[in-house]
Amino acid sequence: MPSIPDTADPRRDGTRRVGLFVTCLVDLFRPTVGFAAVKLLKHAGCVVEIPATQTCCGQPAYNSGARSEAQAIARQVVAAFDGFDWVVAPSGSCAGMLHRHYPDLLSDDAEWGPRAVALAGRARELMSFLVDVCGVTSVEASFRGIAAYHDSCSSLREMGVRDQPRELLTGISGLELREVPEAEACCGFGGSFSVKYGPISTDIVSRKTDALASVKPDMVVGGDLGCLMNIAGKMRRDGTGIAVRHAAELLADMTEDAAIGAPERAEV
Amino acid sequence: MSARDAILGRIRGNLGRDGTGESTADERLARHQVGPRPKRTELSHPDQVDLFSTMAEEVDATVARVRNLGEVPEAVVEYLIAHNLPARLVVAPDGRLDDVPWESKPTLEVHRGVADETDAVSVTPAFAGIAETGTVMATSGKGTPTTLNFLPETHVIVLREREVVGTYEDGWRRLREQAAASGRAGTMPRTVNFITGPSRTADIAMTLYLGAHGPRRLHIILVGDDDG
Amino acid sequence: MQTSQAFRENAVRAIADDELRAALDKVRQGFGGARRQAAVDRLPEFEALRDAARDIKNHAIAFLDIYLERFEQRVVESGGVVHWCETPGEARDLVLRLCKEVDARTVTKGKTMIAEEIGLNPFLESHGIAPIETDLGEYIIQLADEPPSHIIAPAIHKTKDQVADLFHEHHQQYGKTQRLDDPGKLVDEARQVLRRKYIEADVGITGANFLVAETGSTVIVTNEGNGDLTQTLPKRHIVLATPEKIVPTLEDATTLLRVLARSATGQEFSVYTTFSTGPRRPDDLDGPEGFHVIILDNGRSRLVGSPFQDMLRCIKCGTCLFHCPVYASIGGHAYGSVYQGPMGAVLTPNLIGLPTTRHLPNASSLCGRCEAVCPVRIPIPRMLRHLREKGLGERLVPLRERWAVAAWAWIAQRPRVYRLWARFLVGVLRTIAGRSGRVRRLPLSRGWTGGRDFPAPQGETFMDLWRRAGRGKT
Repeated sequence: MPSIPDTADPRRDGTRRVGLFVTCLVDLFRPTVGFAAVKLLKHAGCVVEIPATQTCCGQPAYNSGARSEAQAIARQVVAAFDGFDWVVAPSGSCAGMLHRHYPDLLSDDAEWGPRAVALAGRARELMSFLVDVCGVTSVEASFRGIAAYHDSCSSLREMGVRDQPRELLTGISGLELREVPEAEACCGFGGSFSVKYGPISTDIVSRKTDALASVKPDMVVGGDLGCLMNIAGKMRRDGTGIAVRHAAELLADMTEDAAIGAPERAEV
Repeated sequence: MSARDAILGRIRGNLGRDGTGESTADERLARHQVGPRPKRTELSHPDQVDLFSTMAEEVDATVARVRNLGEVPEAVVEYLIAHNLPARLVVAPDGRLDDVPWESKPTLEVHRGVADETDAVSVTPAFAGIAETGTVMATSGKGTPTTLNFLPETHVIVLREREVVGTYEDGWRRLREQAAASGRAGTMPRTVNFITGPSRTADIAMTLYLGAHGPRRLHIILVGDDDG
Repeated sequence: MQTSQAFRENAVRAIADDELRAALDKVRQGFGGARRQAAVDRLPEFEALRDAARDIKNHAIAFLDIYLERFEQRVVESGGVVHWCETPGEARDLVLRLCKEVDARTVTKGKTMIAEEIGLNPFLESHGIAPIETDLGEYIIQLADEPPSHIIAPAIHKTKDQVADLFHEHHQQYGKTQRLDDPGKLVDEARQVLRRKYIEADVGITGANFLVAETGSTVIVTNEGNGDLTQTLPKRHIVLATPEKIVPTLEDATTLLRVLARSATGQEFSVYTTFSTGPRRPDDLDGPEGFHVIILDNGRSRLVGSPFQDMLRCIKCGTCLFHCPVYASIGGHAYGSVYQGPMGAVLTPNLIGLPTTRHLPNASSLCGRCEAVCPVRIPIPRMLRHLREKGLGERLVPLRERWAVAAWAWIAQRPRVYRLWARFLVGVLRTIAGRSGRVRRLPLSRGWTGGRDFPAPQGETFMDLWRRAGRGKT
């Protein structure tokens, strides 16, 4: 894999121009996470823009072996996010696609390959971006209760995200963060794997929800909506009563809406 | 075309290497390049001996320390009594054990040679002790049949402190030096055994158990270099 | 025994098997993480060793033809013979010939995956030669007439009671009529039974963890000592190996050994690491009179120079299996192949072709833990993706799945269409879910909703809300 330069290039006035990669799952299922990300980024002093030509990062095609389709989508994303100082996604998985896989995917492309490498150098996952790049050390948010953080595989292994979300979450007033056994284990989501190999995926997520429930949290938080929908769906089916939210919602103090997969308040 | 030529030809074709391959490989073979070695072995020799002993005990070997070969029979007898073992030993017919005064302990029945099924306790010398992991390095030869290391239920190894080295690489270096000194440069004994603790298995329900096929007990007598 | 085609059905059956479940939980808790991590934490040089191990294997493969020739030359100089085989059939015939030459009736075997690969046991049996597995795990599954379920822990799926039943059934012939249920006593009984077999055997067959080009040595690693008795007591020692086992020097083997045990079992070093070079010497008191190394290719040379060349680095430590969430759910047999788990999902399709094995690379969440723990840093997820690409290209994927990807990719490349589609999808899911927040059953997605709810969308797409809130307003 080609090396990815770190191309931090703040404006002369020190502001960072950030292109937010919303991700398809946030767009479709959890707009609150997008707004929470905007709020957090602005609060950290960034100028945030959301290119309208973005759709998805192409991971479903890439992971299905549809390489040429994934390449076409990658080129579209590269074009959409040209010119930003940083490209930030509220997802380790999508950020990992941009950061780790685009250079590989477009490596044979003389025109787009170098652009993909440049984009990769500017692509970050939201929480690690806030901590590592913006130097955010605390947030103005409160939540009374016990939270368990779920490490997504992409965040952990592709984007080096481990301590940053913990650092931010423990800064939320009233929140107690508990470590979960076998934290490095996958939740079994894996995109279309979760549907194509449903029984295996379901069995894997059972182990994950058991591990999460074992620390008796009020809420499970994480940085990747795919995992969170998987975990929330399993917990809801099992009736565990544990709320599941994207960490950005908590950090931005935007928890008025129902948790992921939970009934809307009026029905309660 | 023979299978050999087909396989090697296919590999060569797929590698598409230029003509300098032979010299690169042969140079690499001659160099004996070492990789990263644990810093924990970078100790004075007495500390390496201590590290050897600690690491060996960690893997369920037992270690007794004596000053010289003269004290070995006493150490053996103590061990046999403590473990309620028969006083019949098969001792490697190797020069390194010729000076052990077995006759000082008349209760010991000693025969020298290879082990058979009836032998319960073997005594062998070692080529080296590797401090890194408490491993004993043993080589086969005319005085050191390999079966002594595996057939009896109890294996007693007589290891000289001066034979303790830091890493496996140190062991290889000594082996090469010894081969060169005896006019067999570049050759290996039929067998080089690295032994780290007694035989074990966890193949039944992941329950660890000592003594699967090889020795159930590994006792190392570390002999000081005070041969006065 | 190859049942990879039925992977899905195998997996469903495995998940429903409570005894297997209990065994797998024990495996995961024992090996999947903590044990390896503890060994790694004790050795600050571990990551540097992984780099060195990777580099050694890469170098060895880059000069594989030459090192194989040097190895052969050294084996011959030390009095042994090297045989080369292209196919499993050739290897089986050769082993049989080597056994018949010494009128072998029984053959003891140390653990070798190559023997599994070539189906050696049934073949020898059909020619009147009794193969006896000596690794305790292999012995157990031989009695059970099952294939291994893990490359380093073949009987890991068996509970203690199942082993007790097997021994009780098969050891009566040796006068052992009492059913034992203490694991230690079971080990002792197997020890006694196998002890005689070692001594009676005419040929001992082992695998090889490494072949050392410098010296012509073959290396085996065991904890039980079975491999050593297997290769020392009989008249003839046959080593089954494959070309990529080559390393240049003793020092290189040493570097790899430092990462092998720590990755495999979390031990600092396995109990017995043995370097064997040629047959017994004229003044040796024991050891085999004949030393034969069989190098079986079986498709590996094709991987050289291919996108799967990195797979040839594999040292068969099994840690990717121990850390794999899919393996933890279904165990080894469901893969229906000799090699299981992540490494098997790459290796098996490359050895026997994708048409019968296409599920293996697809049945992965691509969580990347295999690569994260691999001692030689094999990029397994990348190769799984590559196999998926091949499978798609060869039209091995069901039409419905191919269409789904194509349709979705078409939409994703057209942002305006995508917005409409997104709005429509959100609307449909909202209609099904009502205010319940979840969808309990979804057409074409039974894989998901069979065991989980599908969280409903919040209401509108982010893009619609954002536009309405005033686009470009920062």
